[in-house]
Amino acid sequence: MSEPGSSTTRSSPVTPADKISSLDTRLIDTTKTLPTEPKGRTGAARILLGRDAIMIYLLLAFVLYASIAIPRFASPVTVGFLLLDVIPVLLIAMPMTLVIITGEIDLSVASIAGLTSALMGVLWESGLDIGVVLAISLFAGVVAGAFNGFLIAVAGLPSLAVTIGTLALYRGLALVVIGDNAVANFPPGLTAFFTSKIGATGIPTVMIGVVVVALFFGVLLHLTPFGRGLYAIGFSKEAATFVGIRVSRAKFWLYVGTGSVSALAGIYWTLRYSSARSDNASGLELTVIAAVLLGGVSIFGGTGSIPGVIAGVLLIGTINFSLRLERISDVVLIMVTGSLLIASVVAPSVFEALQRWRHGRRMHKTLPQVPASGATSATAPGVQERK
Amino acid sequence: MTTAPTRPPGTAEHTVSAVPSRLGALLRLRELPVTVALIALVTITTVVNPLFLSPQGVKDLLLNATIVIILAAGQALVIITRNVDLSVGSVLGLVAFGTGTLFVTVPGIPIVVVFLVGMLLGALLGAINGLLVTVAKVPALVITLGTLYIYRGLNNAWAGGTQYFAGDRPDAFGALSVDTVLGFPLITLIAIVVVVIVAVYLAGTRAGRDLYAIGSDPDAAKLFGIPVSRRVFLAFLTNGVLAGLAGVLYASRFNSVGATTGSGLELAVVAAAVVGGVAIFGGSGSVVGAAMGALLLTTITSALTALRVDKFWQEAIVGVLILSAIIIDRIASVRTARKLRISEARNV
Amino acid sequence: MEALDAMQTESLHAGDGPPRPRLALSGAVKAFGPVVALADGNIDILPGEIHALVGENGAGKSTLVKILAGLYRLDAGEFHVGGQSVSFRSVADSKAAGISVIYQEPTLFPDLTVAENIFIGRQPKGRLGLISRAAMRQAARDLFDQLGVRIDPNRVAEGLSIADQQIIEIAKAISQGATVLVMDEPTAALSGVEVERLFQVARNLRAQSAGILFISHRFDEVFALCDRITVMRDGRYIATHVTSTVTVDAIVHEMVGRDVGALFPKVVAPVGDTVLSVKGLGRAGVFADVTFDVRAGEVVALAGLVGAGRTEVARAVFGIDPYDRGTVEFAGTRLRPHSPKAAIDAGMGFVPEDRRKQGLVMNLSVGRNTALTLRDRVARFGIINGRAERAAAVEWSRRLQVKTTSQEYAVSTLSGGNQQKVVLAKWLATDPKFLIVDEPTRGIDVGTKSEVHRLISDLANRGIAILMISSELPEVLGMADRVIVMHEGRITAELSRAEATPESIMHAATASLERAQ
Repeated sequence: MSEPGSSTTRSSPVTPADKISSLDTRLIDTTKTLPTEPKGRTGAARILLGRDAIMIYLLLAFVLYASIAIPRFASPVTVGFLLLDVIPVLLIAMPMTLVIITGEIDLSVASIAGLTSALMGVLWESGLDIGVVLAISLFAGVVAGAFNGFLIAVAGLPSLAVTIGTLALYRGLALVVIGDNAVANFPPGLTAFFTSKIGATGIPTVMIGVVVVALFFGVLLHLTPFGRGLYAIGFSKEAATFVGIRVSRAKFWLYVGTGSVSALAGIYWTLRYSSARSDNASGLELTVIAAVLLGGVSIFGGTGSIPGVIAGVLLIGTINFSLRLERISDVVLIMVTGSLLIASVVAPSVFEALQRWRHGRRMHKTLPQVPASGATSATAPGVQERK
Repeated sequence: MTTAPTRPPGTAEHTVSAVPSRLGALLRLRELPVTVALIALVTITTVVNPLFLSPQGVKDLLLNATIVIILAAGQALVIITRNVDLSVGSVLGLVAFGTGTLFVTVPGIPIVVVFLVGMLLGALLGAINGLLVTVAKVPALVITLGTLYIYRGLNNAWAGGTQYFAGDRPDAFGALSVDTVLGFPLITLIAIVVVVIVAVYLAGTRAGRDLYAIGSDPDAAKLFGIPVSRRVFLAFLTNGVLAGLAGVLYASRFNSVGATTGSGLELAVVAAAVVGGVAIFGGSGSVVGAAMGALLLTTITSALTALRVDKFWQEAIVGVLILSAIIIDRIASVRTARKLRISEARNV
Repeated sequence: MEALDAMQTESLHAGDGPPRPRLALSGAVKAFGPVVALADGNIDILPGEIHALVGENGAGKSTLVKILAGLYRLDAGEFHVGGQSVSFRSVADSKAAGISVIYQEPTLFPDLTVAENIFIGRQPKGRLGLISRAAMRQAARDLFDQLGVRIDPNRVAEGLSIADQQIIEIAKAISQGATVLVMDEPTAALSGVEVERLFQVARNLRAQSAGILFISHRFDEVFALCDRITVMRDGRYIATHVTSTVTVDAIVHEMVGRDVGALFPKVVAPVGDTVLSVKGLGRAGVFADVTFDVRAGEVVALAGLVGAGRTEVARAVFGIDPYDRGTVEFAGTRLRPHSPKAAIDAGMGFVPEDRRKQGLVMNLSVGRNTALTLRDRVARFGIINGRAERAAAVEWSRRLQVKTTSQEYAVSTLSGGNQQKVVLAKWLATDPKFLIVDEPTRGIDVGTKSEVHRLISDLANRGIAILMISSELPEVLGMADRVIVMHEGRITAELSRAEATPESIMHAATASLERAQ
């Protein structure tokens, strides 16, 4: 506001109180850390070199490679089947991205999809109008999500534990609802619509709906005040509270979001395969989480983006699809998902460890007097002298 | 000032932490809820259907619980360190199929060797988990989710459509799950021995106690000089060994082993541990509790049949049990915190 | 225990002359880059003595403690333990030399039993090489007997009071052969009964020839417990007194004795209407009966010792924490309790004491942090206008002269002073009527510090009401129009700028007058 450097003649040595006396640093913070080196980039470079962009390049590179190397890959048929296969994962990955960015997790999504599917089957068989059936099924997903949200955001229970519980509960309810029956006689017009394509492009018609969902969550995360708050929550709940972000409320609605979208995925699954069963979509939560993490969302919360996750989902889908074209069995393909998942989380840690090592060496050179924490006590001169 | 009295006169009394009653200690026992639930379940079921506790009924109960008990014991070790291993179902599947393969490809192989090979394979798979978790410092949930896929994929690739049946295996091997000593099936006795060994290790060795310290506060544990990485690695390794053992026993107990053997089992195992009072975020719980949790979950399945309740309720009940276990934990800790705030109040 | 016995014999055989100190530090210097935290540290602790170390925040006490604990190494000076010159490289070295530091809030494993917390990694073994719980329990009981307390060794540590946790740490230290105990403000979080119990433990240890260094802000405690008192100020040793020969006033004078008036660019601004009015605010176990007003253009300082409940009151006013009784009125209307959003919407801002955890989202960029409070205002129809957001961030960074080459850098890359400017920027951007600043210059270099002071003064000039929490007396005296002093959750004094002196504040903060009566 005004120019700096007034006549501050305070000669007494000023103790930076927080460096030395604050309690939270009392034992752990024995090594001084240099500030992390600046790693932000600006403008275009940031967009072109960011983690999202790398995912997109990887995806494009792989699609290019597959188109050349694998016969029958580059065709509208491929596009159609590939997309039809990834739609459930793509759908659920959208709200899941937001949940993981806030540092939480939802393992119950596939069970909610299964419950929705079971409900659809039973309601349709009981002779209700298909519109009513769809509405009730969707509403069931909303309720299931709200129940998760209540336990996590309001009661303050750990999301991992809660959603392991509701994973079992919702799948169990699906079994209770429909048992081991399967309902298949859905209106042919409707099921046909769910596998229909837009003209000759091979793009499934339902992709329009999927794009709407993706846009909704993309805008919500990246372009709204609510979305800004989610990143803050993921990094530090306390800092978020201090700027007036309503942490519990935000989390509650995110779980309602995963519940609703999981219900949509359940409806899609039922109508695409024209089969309502209790075990529909089982195990899908793992694929979704793998795709989200591969898409650059940190499991510790705070970072990630919708475009990155979309690229991640499509990359897993494309790799799986092309391996399938190479006649590699479906059941073996889960190895690919597993390896990608581990690679995506281990790679940043390895990278970070490398950086820390380099950083440590630099610290050693510049600040030789800083004692290394936990230095070997045997070599302490004081102790030796006493002997 | 120079002589130190053995019992200084000014002994300050403190009422809050005075020696508690035995009843109080019993009520705080983490294994209490699962014990009560198990007793209630068995009692009610027996009243309705007296056949439930017939010798054959008991044998079936134990046989059904055996595999999950062993897995839950290993899982408890891992969860106590504030980690989790979701890959156990896949490990079990690989070892079970490996066992079937061994008997077919190496006719006349001694059963002991099969057990050793199975546990060794389990150890290897567990070590991979442990290494990834401790080296990469990534939550175990994610790592073992990945290895769940990879191990299952390996199993699929290896087995393809092949299945091995009980007929392919020597009778003595199958007899392990049929013969009884004092009413206990042999494989159940193995499970009990496992639980006892792990329980003694956890309660009676410094390394075992370290696991609780690590789960209770990992940063503090490091500060106190506990070799956190080594202990966590060993917990995963041991869990792998036990999953391997469970895989061999699975091949003895069940007729067929193939590509999908053991899939989805991880959920039941984690549920058993949590329901048995092992805190999902580490630091407390016991193997005995986890074993009781396993027994409770498998007993529910049998009880539903005995009570002629739709068997489809089973999984939903598991879910409710998990949620109840977490909520009970939460209520207890909120009450402690509130009591503490009031008791620490200054003269306000 | 054996160590204590050995010590006793040693001190008995010391013969004539003054007893040899268990620990002596002289001419100690410790600097961090350009900041000298300890310029001249001196202390000696005799066997069978409780020695108090007093001084304001920032006097260098904590640095001295960390040197004793083996966390810091001396840049210069002499350090002797038991007559031998030592130089610690780690906490383990310090422990091996028989020094144990008991912190205000010890680290215990909440899920382990009391006995196990004492003996973790060293549990006594019985048959078969297994841990003998009976032996461990008995050893714990013996230790507690020696200390003269009763704590059930079988209960888990979770839910233990802080007082009990400290005693367990002491028991642990004794069991590891500690002969010098350093207690770093142990009583700050304890109630009266608990303090007495801790004192009893300290006296029992003194009777057993241990040397104890007792760091405290509370004079009544220092005078009741300690044999000698050492005063420090601004990183320097001032004096050591035998307790019976000195008065509270003399000590206070030595602690604060310096001229502070001219350092702060305080301009007394015209005072306007009441902006914030707090009436009878209370929260069970934390604070009670807190009533005060803050008017436009006024800087009100909330002074008191660490743990007096100042931050807790501010948090309740801002809605971070709930309160049980009383009201908070803002510009004449009652503010919804427990809602920071309501507070912000009404025109409040809060610059919290812990910048890293509360003030900023460290991994987020400078720009995003600055604009975080504006997220609703830069949105149109619920969609954020990225250009407006960036423009606001750039504008406020510029106005506060935040030194960063790019708004895109993570805020963690900035220096402490610049980080604090980002926190201020994000609140000033909301155009607040009332600002709470909690320890605004903690951990900031001298130059930026005066910038922050000028800024606060400037804001008051523009009619913003300011509530400043500060533990630095010069800051309080230099900046405040009015000083409210808190002690143990209650307001003990409200002083005008004229009435506020180091002595009057210190007395109210330690309630030494009140207790003396």
